[in-house]
Amino acid sequence: MRIEAKEPVVEFHDLTVSYHKKPVLWNIDMTLPKGALVGIIGPNGAGKSTLIKSAMGLLPLASGYVKIFDEALDDVRHKVSYVPQRESVDWDFPTSVLDVVLMGRYAKLGLLSRPRKADKEMALNCLAKVGMEAYVNRQISQLSGGQQQRVFLARALAQEAELYFMDEPFAGVDAATEAAILAIMQEMTAQGKTVIVVHHDLQSAAEFFDWIVLLNMRLVASGPINKVFTNDMLQETYGGKLTVLAEVGELVRKRQIPSREKY
Amino acid sequence: MDAFYIILTASLFAISCGLLGCFLVLRKMAMVGDAISHAVLPGIVIAFLLTGTRDSFEMIIGAALIGIFSTFLIEFFHNKAGLQTDAAIGVTFTWLFALGVILISVFAGQVDLDQECVLYGEIAYVPIDLWIGDDGTIFGPRALYVAAMTLIVNIAFIRIGFKQLHLTTFDPAFAATIGISVSLWNYLLMGAVSMTTVAAFDSVGAILVVALLVGPAAIAYLLTDRFQTMMMITVFVAIISSTLGYYLAVLVDGSIAGAIVTIIGILFGITFLFSPSNGVLMKKRLQRKEAQRLKAEAPLS
Repeated sequence: MRIEAKEPVVEFHDLTVSYHKKPVLWNIDMTLPKGALVGIIGPNGAGKSTLIKSAMGLLPLASGYVKIFDEALDDVRHKVSYVPQRESVDWDFPTSVLDVVLMGRYAKLGLLSRPRKADKEMALNCLAKVGMEAYVNRQISQLSGGQQQRVFLARALAQEAELYFMDEPFAGVDAATEAAILAIMQEMTAQGKTVIVVHHDLQSAAEFFDWIVLLNMRLVASGPINKVFTNDMLQETYGGKLTVLAEVGELVRKRQIPSREKY
Repeated sequence: MDAFYIILTASLFAISCGLLGCFLVLRKMAMVGDAISHAVLPGIVIAFLLTGTRDSFEMIIGAALIGIFSTFLIEFFHNKAGLQTDAAIGVTFTWLFALGVILISVFAGQVDLDQECVLYGEIAYVPIDLWIGDDGTIFGPRALYVAAMTLIVNIAFIRIGFKQLHLTTFDPAFAATIGISVSLWNYLLMGAVSMTTVAAFDSVGAILVVALLVGPAAIAYLLTDRFQTMMMITVFVAIISSTLGYYLAVLVDGSIAGAIVTIIGILFGITFLFSPSNGVLMKKRLQRKEAQRLKAEAPLS
């Protein structure tokens, strides 16, 4: 099942991606709507991270293309932000929380210029937004997993982008951080920004997202959550192996929010 | 005066190597530095055969290109053949180094290079090898000028590319998404490492230059958790070890480069044990204190 977005910001066209000649994503063809909180859901090895990495130009495409704001990525980079998986960097790196957030400003600086006072203030603001203002000068190796994720989110906020790709931002964070991150994402989408999140927990997915992409190497479904997040679709995605699926379907049925009709 | 020239030359080379080494250590590429310092040997011999001098501009450029080529080979074997990075490094640099060794032995008569010099360098000759102008003016030791130039180029490179180098070191995927070419900056860094290695070759040789690349940066890494401070400490360690190394060599009447590296090793050992933040003994002491505190606070049972 594929429902096209009315006001698309990202368009995947016949996308195929392979590692060492073995395809990991087949023929992905879909559009994602502006201002939505999009969840990319699927089992391990379904190609969820691969999908957003290929959208960000981090992987070579075997075929097809990705258009963002109806243009090639290179022309709109300044409007797109990518939050990698937390484990992808070395947290023992000798640098402070503020320095990491300032990296979000690098794209806006010229080759030679250093971050200015305004950039620093902006970074501090972003840290305050994620509730990390007390950790500004902390060395990053002293942070907990949840705090690391908040720092990454602050760096993304400092980019002032229109479209955000986030790889597993909810993985291994505590409940308080989860709520804080979700609140920030919802604030962003309320401002018309689009947030696309790789996520693996079905239960919370039912609560978090407006728009769901179900993925298992090929696209199973893409559309508003109340249309797509059904038992049938989930069984097709996960191969019907999970008993939890029935419960999740129940959760979605209970959550009948009228605003979901906006897509 | 000779002592001053030697110490100054050694310090300048050690600072250049150390600053680049900070990036290598944090990129977990310290052994790529090792590889490059060996792989440039054929470049040096070929350039020597062509130009007839040992520290010409062409030589530094030629060897820098070979250094970049070896980096390319390492990445190629790693990415295309799926070979582990360390195996790719091992295959690449030994092969290029061997090529250099053969070239030296074949052209032994024409090349004023011997294996010993290649491996250990000879910084004691610095004050003898003077740069003399056409009108006979003596400008001072030639190696000193080479060392100063190398340091200036390296500082300029790091100053200009600091943001890019820093970001591609910490989070390459993120750097790529904001439009910074990760491989371009990797090759630029490796080019700088090659150039520096070649420039320092005469003085410290192919093996000991690795210690200058990795040692001071590793010591600084254990002493601080800020990158800028790490670079500052590296500079300090470079100067201290060059100075102490010189006097150690005089004391035992031995190789100066060897003594400098020995001092670096000793400083590393001391740091490893006593660093306030990461030292093994300090950590143990903190743990003991903490255990005692908990014991004192625990209710009697």
